[in-house]
Amino acid sequence: MSGLEIEGLSKRFGAFTAVDRVSLNVAKGSFVCLLGPSGCGKTTLLRMVAGLEEPSEGRVRLEGEDITSTPTHQRNIGMVFQSLALFTHLSVGQNIAYALRIRGIAREAQDRRVHELLEMVHLGSFADRPVAKLSGGQRQRVAIARALAHSPRLFLLDEPLSALDAKLREAMQVELRQLQQSLGITTVVVTHDQREAMTMADLVVVMGEGRVRQAATPIEVYRNPADAFVAGFIGSTNLLPVTRAANGVALLWGSPVDGLAMPAELASGVLSVRPEDVHLQAAGTGTLDARITFVRDLGATVETFLCTNDTTFISVASPRERGPFAVGHTVGVSLSAARCLVFAA
Amino acid sequence: MRREPPRRLADYAPLVFPGLMLLVFFVVPFGTMTAVSFFRRQQGGFYTPDFVLDNYGRFLSPFFGNVLLFSILLAVAVALACVALALPFTFTLSRMARHVQVLWLVALLSVLSLSEVIIGFAWSTLLSRTAGITNILVALGLMESPRALVPSLGAVLTAMIYQALPYTVLVMYPALVRLDPTLLEAARTLGASPLRAFFNVVVPALRNTLVATVIMVFVFALGSYLLPQILGRPTHWTLSVLITDQAVYQSNMPFSAAMAVFLVLLSLALVGLTVLVGRKDDGQ
Repeated sequence: MSGLEIEGLSKRFGAFTAVDRVSLNVAKGSFVCLLGPSGCGKTTLLRMVAGLEEPSEGRVRLEGEDITSTPTHQRNIGMVFQSLALFTHLSVGQNIAYALRIRGIAREAQDRRVHELLEMVHLGSFADRPVAKLSGGQRQRVAIARALAHSPRLFLLDEPLSALDAKLREAMQVELRQLQQSLGITTVVVTHDQREAMTMADLVVVMGEGRVRQAATPIEVYRNPADAFVAGFIGSTNLLPVTRAANGVALLWGSPVDGLAMPAELASGVLSVRPEDVHLQAAGTGTLDARITFVRDLGATVETFLCTNDTTFISVASPRERGPFAVGHTVGVSLSAARCLVFAA
Repeated sequence: MRREPPRRLADYAPLVFPGLMLLVFFVVPFGTMTAVSFFRRQQGGFYTPDFVLDNYGRFLSPFFGNVLLFSILLAVAVALACVALALPFTFTLSRMARHVQVLWLVALLSVLSLSEVIIGFAWSTLLSRTAGITNILVALGLMESPRALVPSLGAVLTAMIYQALPYTVLVMYPALVRLDPTLLEAARTLGASPLRAFFNVVVPALRNTLVATVIMVFVFALGSYLLPQILGRPTHWTLSVLITDQAVYQSNMPFSAAMAVFLVLLSLALVGLTVLVGRKDDGQ
């Protein structure tokens, strides 16, 4: 069943187009991450779905119902803001009960629901505390509980975890995903953190310059990025210039990459290869040779910075599989053609 | 950044000049006035040094009580009206584009440059029978014949609100600009209509600012002197008018001094209350 349908949605501010004809289909109960660099229009898109921003064109449908011109307060959504926007003049319990109070729910029912939500976000005994006395992670949980109090049809989160420190953020990602799965609520999260998107999402929507660059499962986006922008944004990747040989093979600074054919329409392009797919071996035995300029040994993995033809690229390997190569050595670099992608420059 | 408190006497040197000015132009005259308020009035003449409480005793008269009550009620009405008008205005202003905000703030500041006299006479003309706004209503066919709207309580209130409104807006503006706009949006996503969200979220978030602003405008309006005289009837005269009347026309310096001291103390008490409200805000 369809959850959220976005059809040709655009937002223009004067001459500037923040969101450019975005169409998206989100299945009911699935978790979507809008991912992109700052200024790519992901927050504007989310705000249009929430009704906080009026679209210049396009439609938004929620569970089959056209809500494009429905005012925000009648959309029955829950939203967590980047600033969290907790009401500091109210207690934790009153914050969570706000949506219920607005709807005229009886007092006892409100209390029951608040209790239930606090249990759900592991803040059992916090109902009477003032919001100002909470830690960052606790505020985060209160904001999530408040947005879910009225059992909304759609759960929207705008960079919800960006204020938390790295460790807490990782823990909250897992918790948020588990919470969403247990409730089965259609969820859209805006983030610029690709790890966050990979952890939580059923569907990752990579945006750039107001447009959807790719919408696919996390692993698909990682393995098969649609273009160089997506490849560069998701995880780290090496982007190297390639040209087309007479026989159609890709040439990397004149050396053919075995088994990698250039797409027919490109005479030159960009080769994208993940650092973990760049392997080091003895000099003269690989696709090409490169000099090692820096080694970053992180214990679990070792990053080797390689330089050839004034271009630096990176190889990542576990210490066990990596040979004894040190800074200053010249090594052979082999690329597995199956893991290389070629895009238009 | 932590700064060291001044240690040597010389460290206080920058305070000498302002301190001296305050002493000469405020503390000394206020002291003189306080002393005079305890002097004995010379019937038909001036006063003789003494220490009597007669002047303060006259506060107990129903006439003084009425004037005081009217002054306070007038100031309360002006303060509440100003805040009620300025809150939605300033809120809207703070959500506008930067250059629009600057334009409005400059316009408001220019109103501050008008003296009370100009405001008073401008309103007395605007509300007069011969040249007033009722002539426009007549021209529009909404009224039979032009009418004078001065002197009246309405005219006094209008002019005082006009005078105090720019102060009110300027005092509220910083707090409203700092107010997180997502508070209102959060309330809307939770199901509150924009108007309801405003009263549920914006007003409580600004509670301390609103209380402080009401008190400030109240103190400002309490000292009002010219506007009630120009635009009101004698029944609309405030304590300040009564003080002038006693000092200048009745030659009763001690009584007017006593009233002035009382007015200053009342204002100071209210300013102190504002500080207290502000401190409670910081404590949270």
